[in-house]
Amino acid sequence: GVPTLRPYRRERSLALRSSSSALYNNLAVLCPPARAPAFGAVHGTTLSLLGNEGPPRQLQARGGGSALSTPLLTQAAWCELPSRVLLVLTSQRGVQMYESDGSTMVFWHALDVSEQPAAHSVFARGIAAAGGRFICVGTSSGAVLVFDIPPKGTNVTLSEVLEQHRDPITDIAAEQGQAPDRAGDLVTADDSGTLCLWSTGEEFTLLGKIPGSGSTCSSVTLWNGIVAAGYGNGQIRLWEAGSGRIRAQVSAHARWIYALDLAPLTGKLLSGAEDSFVHVWKLSRNPDTDDIEIQHCHAECVTDTQVCGARFCDPAGDTFAVTGYDLSEILCY
Amino acid sequence: MSARTLPLLFLNLGGEMLYILDQRLRAQSIPGEKARKDEWTDVDRKRVMNDIISTMFNKRFMEELFKPQDLYSKKALRTVYDRLAHASIMRLNQASMDKLYDLMTMAFKYQVLLCPRPRDILLVTFNHLDAIKDFISDSPGILNQVDETFRQLIETYNCLSDGEFQLIRQTLLIFFQDMHIRVSIFLKDKVQNSNGRFVLPISGPVPWGTEVPGLIRIFNHKGVEVKRTEFTSAGNYVTPQREGSFELYGDRVLKLGTNMYSVTRPVETHMSGSSKNLASQAKENIVPNPLAKEELNFLARLLGGLDLQKPTGGETGFRLNLFTTDEEEEHAAQTRPEELSYKVINIEATQEPGRRAELSRILGELEVMEPRPGSAEKGEDLLALMDGL
Repeated sequence: GVPTLRPYRRERSLALRSSSSALYNNLAVLCPPARAPAFGAVHGTTLSLLGNEGPPRQLQARGGGSALSTPLLTQAAWCELPSRVLLVLTSQRGVQMYESDGSTMVFWHALDVSEQPAAHSVFARGIAAAGGRFICVGTSSGAVLVFDIPPKGTNVTLSEVLEQHRDPITDIAAEQGQAPDRAGDLVTADDSGTLCLWSTGEEFTLLGKIPGSGSTCSSVTLWNGIVAAGYGNGQIRLWEAGSGRIRAQVSAHARWIYALDLAPLTGKLLSGAEDSFVHVWKLSRNPDTDDIEIQHCHAECVTDTQVCGARFCDPAGDTFAVTGYDLSEILCY
Repeated sequence: MSARTLPLLFLNLGGEMLYILDQRLRAQSIPGEKARKDEWTDVDRKRVMNDIISTMFNKRFMEELFKPQDLYSKKALRTVYDRLAHASIMRLNQASMDKLYDLMTMAFKYQVLLCPRPRDILLVTFNHLDAIKDFISDSPGILNQVDETFRQLIETYNCLSDGEFQLIRQTLLIFFQDMHIRVSIFLKDKVQNSNGRFVLPISGPVPWGTEVPGLIRIFNHKGVEVKRTEFTSAGNYVTPQREGSFELYGDRVLKLGTNMYSVTRPVETHMSGSSKNLASQAKENIVPNPLAKEELNFLARLLGGLDLQKPTGGETGFRLNLFTTDEEEEHAAQTRPEELSYKVINIEATQEPGRRAELSRILGELEVMEPRPGSAEKGEDLLALMDGL
């Protein structure tokens, strides 16, 4: 049926100490139940944190070492596991994990720089909690690092390295709803647009690979067996995770998509791109035909801004927040 | 983050610098016969352009530039252009040099931001090079140097993927982050707002390879399209006509990176004054950069040894003013906000004997190729000094 359209309203913006960098998925949000959300946005070498309590805080990329300048951060995300929530930062040097308020570093993993030929950039990018026990982080070589996270303490171990991608990882997403049989519960995406579907566990299993078709996939979500992917040519594509078939194609944006987010209670999808637009869509499955549907709900134009981060701030998708390149605030709707 | 960003940054900023210098030199030049000993002529202008372009496209310099490496700090890069601008008989006061650099950086920031596709940054670079070739069209030696660089660009970049270009673009945008200097010509053309931010149009042609937004296509489980719907939003986009050429010669189609200055459109900037946004830029200048020494050694090797002797007789005749009057230039120097000062470093060629040998060798290669038109004594002492190295 037609989704009930409750119009979104622009609310008060939140000031950031520094502007946001033009990086994919550059907005982290933590929505604890019955509390105000916490936000994080990357600016060069630092992460600006706006907590729900206490003053704003900044975290620095780690790993300068031997006369090298401070490395750039590529992304930050809160990873919610059953036992704990960790704040994960990825940079040109490696992976930093903190307690969710950013107060203490729990773990540091340095990327092996020596393996890469000089011309290739080295960085970590793409963060997701998976399988109730792991945190997966992508790298510029295409490898996906799987970290096993203990319920408490700092004894994080590298459990596995998945090597199916040949291009830098852009984004990783875990199933946020109910995965149908054989659909897998994790999707990884890369610069070439290739998507890999995995089943998580002691050992991760590759269930399927959707080859890219010439356009980078910069952002990806997985919900009820539907992969929603945003591309550099402005398209959103919906794929059936189980079969790897395309189910919908939307000419959604006029420029490179930088962020996608999904609200698991309603299937609302949020997309933000360099074209200054943020769109809200609604995903659904037609019970008779089993077709996957996508409808447009709402559009916002962030004037003169290239959107680089967009996230829902509640599981139903009634509110969302946006960051833009060079913008020193988080816009709330 | 991308180790391939520096050549594009250097060449495009250099291109913008040449546009501005050319415009200022033309605006201030006097016909040859009427010129006094200390006034600029057309011949002088051509010499300055030739000297700078020749230095910029020096073979050894280009070789170093194209090696995969991190971007320089803003300080180090600014110093490179300082040296480059002084590669000839022309002198710029600090205030004029600051203004020149402001204009260069804001122009390229604008071009990077507005590129339809990340790959189009290459077209912007080609636009700059096409124009540079025009500046030195009657100097085949220098033309050769530029063509060599052109070929190297094609070889290095044409095969990169869109994802890699986006990484380059993101690296450039991090470099330009928080710069909001207002440029008169941008304000007049309404491409920049009064708060220093660029206008991002939501109309016009979509990038090559992108569809005009609006169409939703649904496929069934067999992959057959079963439904089409449309959505509307505020943008007003159209399909593009054709793609720009990435060959050595060709129509680039894209206008970004072409010369927007002309004699009748003066170059001006307004200082945007203290604002919160400048705080992060100021921080970058204050925090000591341990890499700086390495960068400076490299710069010293390549451009060092160009002695900045004060020219004899009639100092103002050698000086180029980027402002309309000397008083304006003086005023600008005194009122420039602290946060925007570039804190340029003086490079001395290092004293190590090994380095000195290397320097002499490179300096030999930095000699200007073309025979100079035998004009006045202007700058001759300086040139003699350079020739004798």
